[in-house]
Amino acid sequence: MITLSALDLSLAACLVLALAALSWRMRLGLSGQLLVAAARTVVQLLLVGLVLKALFAHVHLLWIGGISLVMLLAAGREVMARQQRRFTGGWGFGLGTGAMFVSSFAIAILTLVTIIGADPWYEPQYAVPLLGMLLGNTMNGIALALDRLTATAWQQRAVIEQRLMLGATRHEAITDIRREAMRSGMMPIINAMSVAGLVSLPGMMTGQILAGSPPVEAVKYQILIMFLISAGTGFGVTTALWLAAKRLFDERHRLRLDTLNSPRNY
Amino acid sequence: MSRLQVNELRTHGRGPYSLYIADGECVSLRGPSGAGKSLLLRAIADLDPHQGQVQLDDTPCTQIPAPQWRRRVSLLPAESQWWADEVGAHFAGRECPWLRPLGFGPEVMGWQVSRLSSGEKQRLALARALMNRPQALLLDEPTASLDAANVAAVERLVAGYRTDTGAAVLWVSHDAAQAERVGARHLWLTATGFEEDRP
Repeated sequence: MITLSALDLSLAACLVLALAALSWRMRLGLSGQLLVAAARTVVQLLLVGLVLKALFAHVHLLWIGGISLVMLLAAGREVMARQQRRFTGGWGFGLGTGAMFVSSFAIAILTLVTIIGADPWYEPQYAVPLLGMLLGNTMNGIALALDRLTATAWQQRAVIEQRLMLGATRHEAITDIRREAMRSGMMPIINAMSVAGLVSLPGMMTGQILAGSPPVEAVKYQILIMFLISAGTGFGVTTALWLAAKRLFDERHRLRLDTLNSPRNY
Repeated sequence: MSRLQVNELRTHGRGPYSLYIADGECVSLRGPSGAGKSLLLRAIADLDPHQGQVQLDDTPCTQIPAPQWRRRVSLLPAESQWWADEVGAHFAGRECPWLRPLGFGPEVMGWQVSRLSSGEKQRLALARALMNRPQALLLDEPTASLDAANVAAVERLVAGYRTDTGAAVLWVSHDAAQAERVGARHLWLTATGFEEDRP
């Protein structure tokens, strides 16, 4: 395995700097954002590297639980931040976070215990990256789907209420919109699975191959991860949409858009 | 045979409104725009949170599931909404006996909603609402975009439905002459209640 030196990384950083200079020259207004994001990547990943190093040295369920919780809360915040119209009160954060917790943690634990079978099952070398992969992708799916659901419900409130007036239940009145939201939440992972290996080499597999793993081993892990991600995203999105669609109505089947905040920056 | 009874209804800071419509009776409702006519109809159809009681015959609104209530107490909004591409999908493929009196042939079921005029939409929305065989009708300016011949057709149809089924009708209209024609009694809406209206 060829290890990377600080000089190697600096050379790659020069490319980002060059891009920032170009963007500044063309007045795209992106250079600031680009540099901040690049700096964040360095700092956050270095910190995580240190944390993982410490974690691998002290294998304890409590430590794993702690870092899992931090990851979950960060993902939950991200889902909330991406909503144009989020639910008011604790629901804004709790809904997406709860759905991610249920699907990602359930699938991660199931996989660790039954498929990977490390000893102990929470061996951080497997548990942390697996959960990270699951959370990251489930987060994307849920954020997209929730945003689609609430934005469409807002735009089409007259149609939803028309269906209610004609005697539809809340479930019938929102079912088309929920189906659309489900599609937009699942589309990224379905696309990723369809083109995997043809158009793109998935990042995880690429990393493993670069780090010296035999390609077929890397491929097997990648297939496992893809399946887990699609299941995790699917169950997570389903749970989030089920909760959100319920939350949009009250027990008398009235559309209650007052459960949503108005969007920011409007 | 259904009577609609509204007791001390409050919604969106308006009211209390009390109202009684006998079976087979049509009551006209007018009032300045912004007085809350549509809000009142929405509350009666249980689409908005409200205080007070609404009752159809001896059944209070709260005693049956809301969807069932809305099939019995049908609100026809001023602007109808359509979710499918074809008209027929909104009738779930069932035969609709009210198309002919409203001037449509059976081929209307295959028409594209996007190509309907606002008048056609308004008449089809009435036919669609009647498919639930409601026992009370809440009509929010049901003839606003119709020509004289179609206004007459709608008025005739609603009167016929009312006498055939004994449904109670609350008819919101801006037109004093129409209110006079369709209603046996006439109400004028204010922010705090009803007054007798003499169109």
